[in-house]
Amino acid sequence: MDRHRPALTRGWALALAVPPLVFLGLFFLWPVANILALGLAPEGELELAHVLHTWTEPFVLDIVLFTLALAGVSTLLTLLLGLPAAWVFARFEFPFKRAARALTVVPFVLPTVVVGSAFLALLGPRSPLNALGTAVFGEAFPQVRLDGSVEAIVIAHVFYNLAVIIRLVGGMWAHIDPRAEEAARLLGASAWRTFREVTWPLLRPAVISAASIVFLFTVTSFGVVLLLGSPRDTTLEVEIYRQTAILLDLPTAAALTLLQMGGVFILLLGSARAQEGLAVQQRLRGASETSRRPRRGRECALVMIILAVTVVLMFVPLAVLVERSLAGPDGYGLAAYASLLEADPRTRLTATPWTSVVDSLAFAAAATLIAGTLGLMAALAVGYRRGWLARGLDALIMLPLGTSAVIVGFGFLVSLDTPPLDLRTSMLLIPIAHALIALPFVVRSVVPVVRSIDDRLREAAAVLGASPGRAWREVDAPILARAALVGAGFAFAVSLGEFGATLFIARPDTVTIPVAIYRLLGQPGAANFATAMALAVVLMVLTALAVLLIERLRGRGPQPF
Amino acid sequence: MVRSRIAAGLGAGLLAASALPVAAEEATLTLMTHDSFFLPEGAIETFEADHGVDVQLLQAGDAGSMVNQAILTADRPLADVLFGVDNTFLSRALAADIFEPYVSPALAAVPAELQLDPAGRVTPMDYGDVCLNVDRAALEAEGLPWPESLEDLAAPALADRLVVQNPATSSPGLAFLLATVAYFGEDGWADYWAALRENGVTVSSGWEEAYYGQFSGGAGEGERPIVVSYASSPAAEVLYGPDPGAEVSPTAAIESGCFRQVEFAGILKGTPQPELAGALIDHLLSPEVQAEFPLAMFVYPARSDVALPDAFVQHALVPASPLSLDPDVIDANREAWISEWIDIVLR
Repeated sequence: MDRHRPALTRGWALALAVPPLVFLGLFFLWPVANILALGLAPEGELELAHVLHTWTEPFVLDIVLFTLALAGVSTLLTLLLGLPAAWVFARFEFPFKRAARALTVVPFVLPTVVVGSAFLALLGPRSPLNALGTAVFGEAFPQVRLDGSVEAIVIAHVFYNLAVIIRLVGGMWAHIDPRAEEAARLLGASAWRTFREVTWPLLRPAVISAASIVFLFTVTSFGVVLLLGSPRDTTLEVEIYRQTAILLDLPTAAALTLLQMGGVFILLLGSARAQEGLAVQQRLRGASETSRRPRRGRECALVMIILAVTVVLMFVPLAVLVERSLAGPDGYGLAAYASLLEADPRTRLTATPWTSVVDSLAFAAAATLIAGTLGLMAALAVGYRRGWLARGLDALIMLPLGTSAVIVGFGFLVSLDTPPLDLRTSMLLIPIAHALIALPFVVRSVVPVVRSIDDRLREAAAVLGASPGRAWREVDAPILARAALVGAGFAFAVSLGEFGATLFIARPDTVTIPVAIYRLLGQPGAANFATAMALAVVLMVLTALAVLLIERLRGRGPQPF
Repeated sequence: MVRSRIAAGLGAGLLAASALPVAAEEATLTLMTHDSFFLPEGAIETFEADHGVDVQLLQAGDAGSMVNQAILTADRPLADVLFGVDNTFLSRALAADIFEPYVSPALAAVPAELQLDPAGRVTPMDYGDVCLNVDRAALEAEGLPWPESLEDLAAPALADRLVVQNPATSSPGLAFLLATVAYFGEDGWADYWAALRENGVTVSSGWEEAYYGQFSGGAGEGERPIVVSYASSPAAEVLYGPDPGAEVSPTAAIESGCFRQVEFAGILKGTPQPELAGALIDHLLSPEVQAEFPLAMFVYPARSDVALPDAFVQHALVPASPLSLDPDVIDANREAWISEWIDIVLR
């Protein structure tokens, strides 16, 4: 029997690939192609001389090198800190694990304006860390001052992206059968050798998948660089924004965008190929079966150290936000939360901040529906099939993450302008843009799981007399459903926190939570600042609740293992 | 089963798309503005009631991004009226020919020096001054003099005290750069910035980071006592501070070195309802609505016959002779000045 007989015929795979392709074509490729055409052929004639001229400018080379170095270092550091945390979350039981896992997503969706202000408070001149150091070690203690530095950007990148590693790698890790590892240990292999030779090969595709998402996020990082970096530090994304939104120099913006998209696409194809080649079919096990309480003293200590580092990195900045939302001129209180419910003219929002919560939830639900449906289709087509078509679709789905938000936003403006597709000022555009950014998360949550479902299970079902459809329903569907829920949770959270694209879409007077926070922070006055922080805390709580709820759904239902 | 769901999805999508043009057929007028636009409840509603029209607000990023969006969509405008193009971006908007000329009868009450387009394509709405702000308490505690001129900022006494915004990414940052060009001339501003750099100036990417993050006065949490902000910021500190009735603001705006920003509104070419668009401009320029501008947006109304709120009279500054530059000169040199500034101050 052919071991690699795919569970999906070519025809079905193509049929499944069509809706996501149409979506991406209409709402990503077409708008981007239009704005690029305006830049590349301003008079209707293609002018490639300017592209080459831009690419060979010394300042462009500087920017590209800085962008790559920043993203590379950030990704490596995120992996270094994220993999141990993923291991702990996958393999061990500890109090409040579920809540902690849900909370790890929160940083990931917080708008950069909010994170920026928390990090400025932590790393800036009035850092409580410095006060603590001075109090404990005296005046001679060196004062940390990281705002306006590359270090601050990298720390914020790690803060943002740890969740990607913990969830995508940890999700896979939790399903890897620990018995092979146990057997290796019994046979005398060291812990490190067991990891390297048994666990790592099974884990590698998920690590590459997660790392490529982190790299994409950091290579296109925008707000963090502007807020925390020194104005000297210009990334490709910041320069594209400047050339497009501020200078309206579309020829230069187009040349830089081509460079960015081309580089990202090549990277994605390579990563898709690597993941496909490295995928190992294995018997996945239920997460509850593979985790246990830490046993020996050393193991306990290790788990606690890793958890402590993760908590400090991820939760201290969040705690700062909570503290600031409660701090008022007359001491701590809930005044800022009360102001969320009033249409205070001083907040300058068109409605009460609370309405932004309702709007955001509606947009997130719509975006999750779109991204979940299309993402599942794409994931099946990509996961069950091999070859360039599957790889191409996979890379194409990831591409919006590696494309400048301002280019997509301005692309919408110049292309979706003809009825019945004049969506430029339609509310539909917001969930569509969010779905574009959420799609990769759905696909990336499902594909590794699809690839590692053991064909033999299905074959065994067939031997026992099940039809192919029934075999798929009994074997694949439950596993996929849960993987899809993980992806949907991510999609919901991504939509709740999405800021960049929403900001570049001209929209009628509905605002999402991040946009409301941004507007509040742009207004003078301590009251507005506290209200913005309170709204950020609401966003945090909503995200954590949404993720918890989805994880709870995931936890029920039949256990196939 | 999968197929039927796709069909249902597509059906729902088409239904939603086809519903849109129907909604657009109601009498609506779209007002495109920047993100800082705000008017209190009632200001727009009276216009809607008077003209039986629904005014849609379209907030499209900061002023520069909004103008660029309007230029990109000139063939199929996103809105009927654009509010908030300022004198630093005016020439670009006029060169792109996106406005329909309109002379509002209310212009009679607007001083001539604010009417920067003789062809009447844009109507002045408000103005504000970008000025240096100081932290009164911090300067007094350190026994430092208040800066009385731009030159003082480069003096050793005020070393490491100033925070400015990057003109490449910030509107007040650009205004302050233009102030130095206007004050020192096209030959002198570069040397001045080299001296500021020597004297330890700090650069933030935007107003929020500079004011809240680096400035020590008022709501600021930083440690620098001098910041580039607005002439109205001291009034905002009192109104939004712990004591809205305070006699003295914790911060003060400095008279010298202010740069005037004038904001305009215009009718976008291609609007199917130019009369209604003109009526909205008249409405925004009416004494009642103009009186709302100071507290709503912390700017001064373009009309000279509108009484100012007490907090403005008491705490805000109207510089007697603010610096300014011809919009055409700004437009011709903006990018070159910014690039040169980056080389001098940041590289």
